[in-house]
Amino acid sequence: MIDTILFGIFPYVAVALAVAVGGYRYCVDRYSWSSHSSQFLESRGLFWGSVPWHYAILMILLAHLLAVLFPGGWGVLLGRPVRLYFLEVSGMALGLCTVIAVMLLMARRLFDERLAAVTSRIDWVVLWLLLLQVATGVYIAFTLRWGGVWYAHTATPWLRSLVVFQPEVQYLAALPTVVKVHAANAFLLVALLPFSRLVHLLSVPLGYLTRPYQVVVWYRQQHQKGLS
Amino acid sequence: MNIRAQISSVFHLDKCIGCHTCSIACKNLWTDRQGAEYMWWNNVETKPGTGYPTKWEDQNQYQGGWEKAGDELTLKSGGRGSLLGKLFHNPKLPTMDDYYEPFTFKYGDLTSAPAGNDQPTARPVSMVSGKPMAIEAGPNWDDDLSGSKSYAANDPGVVRLSAGEQAQMFAIEKMVMFHLPRICNHCLNAGCVAGCPSGAIYKRGEDGIVLINQDKCRGWRMCVSACPYKKTYYGWNTGKSEKCLLCYPRQEAGEAPACFHSCVGRIRYLGVLLYDADRIKETALHEDSELAAAQRAIILDPSDPQVQAEARKSGLPEQLLAAAQRSPVYKFVKEWGIALPLHPEFRTLPMLFYVPPLLPVLSQANQGTQKLAEEFFTTLAQARLPLQYLAGLFAGGNLEEVKAVYRRLIAVRLQRRQTSVGDLAEAEVAKARDLAGVSAAQVEAIYRMTALTRIRERIVVPPLLREQAVEAGMDPEEYKRGMGFGARRPPKRRW
Repeated sequence: MIDTILFGIFPYVAVALAVAVGGYRYCVDRYSWSSHSSQFLESRGLFWGSVPWHYAILMILLAHLLAVLFPGGWGVLLGRPVRLYFLEVSGMALGLCTVIAVMLLMARRLFDERLAAVTSRIDWVVLWLLLLQVATGVYIAFTLRWGGVWYAHTATPWLRSLVVFQPEVQYLAALPTVVKVHAANAFLLVALLPFSRLVHLLSVPLGYLTRPYQVVVWYRQQHQKGLS
Repeated sequence: MNIRAQISSVFHLDKCIGCHTCSIACKNLWTDRQGAEYMWWNNVETKPGTGYPTKWEDQNQYQGGWEKAGDELTLKSGGRGSLLGKLFHNPKLPTMDDYYEPFTFKYGDLTSAPAGNDQPTARPVSMVSGKPMAIEAGPNWDDDLSGSKSYAANDPGVVRLSAGEQAQMFAIEKMVMFHLPRICNHCLNAGCVAGCPSGAIYKRGEDGIVLINQDKCRGWRMCVSACPYKKTYYGWNTGKSEKCLLCYPRQEAGEAPACFHSCVGRIRYLGVLLYDADRIKETALHEDSELAAAQRAIILDPSDPQVQAEARKSGLPEQLLAAAQRSPVYKFVKEWGIALPLHPEFRTLPMLFYVPPLLPVLSQANQGTQKLAEEFFTTLAQARLPLQYLAGLFAGGNLEEVKAVYRRLIAVRLQRRQTSVGDLAEAEVAKARDLAGVSAAQVEAIYRMTALTRIRERIVVPPLLREQAVEAGMDPEEYKRGMGFGARRPPKRRW
């Protein structure tokens, strides 16, 4: 029963919340949509926390995503022991990286007086959940070896079943508790996304790569009508 | 040609008394709220000095502005890809310590302290954390050369000078300084606009005012490092960057911007300039020493019928063309050639010009008693404030630019002395004018504009024609929010 709720129903609730509240916030309170960078108040600690955190978590998320999108290709990729070893080791290293980085980020918010002024309750909730997420991830990587392989036969079919609205929770029900926590917490983070500063990951400014440097905006009508 | 209008300004540094009234007017109007206490959209610095934020002119440290790479301009802080790679930590972002930590005092302690043997004190507390703090800096910490051993001596412009020139500046009893008020330059080739990953910063097409769309800003804070003048500021509790908006709401109502209006020394002139937007890049690509002249060249004569015809083709309204012809800025910059841009070598084409100060330059040799034109001009070479320093500030190191300005300012001074005191020979005055390349009528006009004009002549706000703006054509029932009737929320963090 609990498995059905956590892995069959909650993911939909989380995504629905993310879309609905995210859309509401974007339309009604776009002013609040920001990364809320704290680098201005504390720069050195952020460097050692934020840079490894972001790059490592992006790679890890990419691996999780690729294994869901292209399970066939993923299988081929891991088909050779060398590649499997490489992926396993780099995954563990990146995972450790994220754990250390997120702890650094928490420490700086804990010990810097200026940062305390810009740290809200939701920031702490998000930080603790992120720590839980990466810590369980690393624990899984070290105790339940070859996650790259079994992920493709458990999480991938489960996530795919969610996408087609025929949730098959049995894929997860059989897994150890720590994996279940990891999976449920992932969707909890999705649910919290629109309520926190995590929204910044929806506004990755890739448009910058192609836009002209100078931006000119006209407010007069004749320009709107193309008279100039 | 693609003619656009730019609201620009001239600050006459000889008239600035360093009273900071402009800063206070701006502060009271725009930045008197949490997260913005440390921001001074308008600030007044003492030169020589390190300024606010400390050493903002040192682009080796902050990497603001543009770099010339062959025939291309690139941001000094890096290309587009490298800039996105620095989103997670911007290595060149000044932190609060480079500005100052805003503080207040526990005034309540003065009245609520229990009776005792000691005088009660009001301890300073941080306006960020609320905790007691030691005040280590302020927005004008090196005002009037205070702490000049550590501030003025480290001015990036001073460090560049020769040992002899430095000695000249810091000679005991001859130390010299002037005030440099700074606001956003509303550049033609703005670094902040180019650096913004979200595309939130834009230049208004009609008047050239550079603004940050607060709904689009995502707090990536690249504008702060990309602006070489450090005139965009990160709001630490809203997660949004903010900057000087040239009081556009006041200007739309026909009023002067607050800092202009409140200026005690009446040093500030405002008017509209016409320029050719197609030539921005080519102008910014000139050599350092040619940039000041190139920037003058991009500005067009509003009285020229050909320019007017082109401007109409580009969609500029008649009222604006009329205002451009009355623009005092055009006169200072183009007609009289006595106003120069600040640090043109940053290549952002700043649209705020300065009349360099004459007073601190004169009279090392004769204690200010020269009378004759010859003497004035020979003094230039051994001026109290090395001209090289001023050339580094206002002309990308080009001495000739600065000298030309000073010759004109001296000609004005001599002619006025002849008129009002009458102890100079007309021939001397004529010689000074010839050397400076100005006519007697121009000298009178410069004198008039500098000394006698009232606010409507000094500050010619062009009609901003909000009645023609896009919103005016909207159905008010349908677009209440867009019309400015929507609920406004306070600028603070809510999620």
